[in-house]
Amino acid sequence: MEEQSYIDLYKTHAETIKSKSSDILNAFRDEAFADFEKNGLPSPTSERYRYSDLKKSYGINYGLNINRLPIQINPSDIFRCDVPGIKSHLFYVVNDSFFLDKNAENLPKGVIICGLNEAAEKYPELVRKYYAKQAQKHNDPNVSFNMTFAQDGFFMYVPKNTEIAEPIQLINIMSGNADIMANSHNLIILEENAKAKLLVCDHSLKDFNFLSNRITEVFVGENATYEHYKLESTGEKHTNICNLLIEQQKSSNVLTNIITLHNGLTRNNIDICLMGEYAETKLCGMAIGNGCQKIDNATNIDHAVPNCTSNELFKYILDEKSKGTFFGRVLVRKDAQKTASFQTNKNMCLSADATMYTKPQLEIYADDVKCSHGATTGQLDENALFYLRSRGISEREAQLLLLQAFTADITENITVGALKDRVKMLVESRLRNEQPKCTACAICK
Amino acid sequence: MLEIKDLHANINGKEILKGINLTIKEGEVHAIMGPNGSGKSTLSAVLAGNPNYEVTKGSASFLGKNLLELSPEDRSREGLFLSFQYPVEIQGVSMVNFMRAAVNEHRKYKKLPALSASDFLKLMRERKEFVELDNSLANRSVNEGFSGGEKKRNEIFQMAMLEPRLSILDETDSGLDIDALRIVANGVNKLKNPHSSTIVITHYQRLLDYIKPDIVHVLYKGQIVKTGTPDLALELEERGYDWIKKELGE
Repeated sequence: MEEQSYIDLYKTHAETIKSKSSDILNAFRDEAFADFEKNGLPSPTSERYRYSDLKKSYGINYGLNINRLPIQINPSDIFRCDVPGIKSHLFYVVNDSFFLDKNAENLPKGVIICGLNEAAEKYPELVRKYYAKQAQKHNDPNVSFNMTFAQDGFFMYVPKNTEIAEPIQLINIMSGNADIMANSHNLIILEENAKAKLLVCDHSLKDFNFLSNRITEVFVGENATYEHYKLESTGEKHTNICNLLIEQQKSSNVLTNIITLHNGLTRNNIDICLMGEYAETKLCGMAIGNGCQKIDNATNIDHAVPNCTSNELFKYILDEKSKGTFFGRVLVRKDAQKTASFQTNKNMCLSADATMYTKPQLEIYADDVKCSHGATTGQLDENALFYLRSRGISEREAQLLLLQAFTADITENITVGALKDRVKMLVESRLRNEQPKCTACAICK
Repeated sequence: MLEIKDLHANINGKEILKGINLTIKEGEVHAIMGPNGSGKSTLSAVLAGNPNYEVTKGSASFLGKNLLELSPEDRSREGLFLSFQYPVEIQGVSMVNFMRAAVNEHRKYKKLPALSASDFLKLMRERKEFVELDNSLANRSVNEGFSGGEKKRNEIFQMAMLEPRLSILDETDSGLDIDALRIVANGVNKLKNPHSSTIVITHYQRLLDYIKPDIVHVLYKGQIVKTGTPDLALELEERGYDWIKKELGE
């Protein structure tokens, strides 16, 4: 749809949208709409969205489920995750509707995981305290659009001094028998000393045009530890926009790992704000592209206070006509002395038609910091290839060994052993040009 | 085993080998010596199939096959091994994965089943003894962070794993201290059998004290200009190359 159609859609259906959602979400809706009306859809003429034509993706005539019609699907029938040895708590968001897992009751005391709407109803104080706290500060067209239309999402709350030992797994599935758009808003709260790991898997079930635009707001309390993995294996007609906003308090520790195995057009906006001293963040990711896939990661790490550490590493392997974009901004504010910040982006273009745009951007206003950044784009090392081949390894296998090695420092950053092994295997099968398949997952079958 | 006739080769359009003739029989050890820039390393690279070099003329047959038509991997599978003068560091590829891939590709070529994980590790443990490499080797990245001596020992370890018919040792002694030289040379000698042959490329007689050649060649300006007994190496050590240049009328 054209920009104006979305504007008209909201104007006509604002009451319906609000009536099917919580007041807490609705409280931001009109303001978000005003921003959207003013700024419009993400445009390739803006610096921020220069290399990903999202306007074109938005231009398709999608259906939006603003009436919250129940989706006739039982996600556990179509999706059984088979990471051998992984014990996780499974939750689903199909399009933009939350589905509960039957294992949810085995969670530690005080932990709440449910749909965002349900949480807003049952725990209004808690949701009100956090919802949109980061998102409303974000001057981004996708964020405004999401907050205009999003009616539900995933909610997770880990109280003080509580650890969820097993990873929580959130499966985002796009499904339907038509072109569909989904806007969902996830809220994740870890209080002081809490510990949790979240694995988000993005899939698309059918070969329709899908656009998913999701916001995930994460609040990591003092001394809390959080790991966020995003594993994407979506179809070529899927535009997947992920706005991941993380706020870290004092001495907290966060690991974010964004792995794009297969996709159509993906835009990850990752914003991490280090708000308390001695907070540490590690942000890494990789993407494998071929065909006409487009992977666009825009990251922003904000060192707002002194003595924080950030480590960032992104790697791309691009073949055929795929296109990669990495925009990595690190902001060290004036008071953020003793900041240590390291950013690296390494890319491999395997064909002459593959394109990589990389733009590291360090803005440092403090004078006592240790910061570095580096970006390289190149091809496989011919000397290494020859060395491997001279030992009897075929050219293809030698390339695979080198490409797997190239991704190793990303996959090594996965702390869940079973998941690490599975991701390595998926990377290998992806590099072998097989569709990454989780063996028991009906989506992949 | 190896028969090279009138071999010419270029790199970046510049002719380096200008008509090499060399025949190596089963069980023989040949030393190739010569001043810097004479084409010694080019010869080894061309034999191993380095794509940076272009063969413009001549032939090379190895165990009855046209060597120059084979890919680098097939040359290896046929039993040719090059110990690199400068072994390449490969970040992120562990020695164990590298060697498992190599050994199993060799086995596949010979229509043998892949080795089981335990058999493979056993083989690796056994073979690293040849060059006294320690246990941490398996999980380290290929040559990454290895000292000069470790890199050369690692080359001979790979040779032990692949059991080649013809080994080309390209300045395997360069950068080695006396102890490492002895270890490397002992490794090569232990791997020697009546059906395998060796080409030792070196600047110094020292290595030839350990690995005794049957025949010594002098390579100069892309051609083998002199061939003799091991005494030739001793003479070169003593007198340098000037007398050979003089003999050639330079």
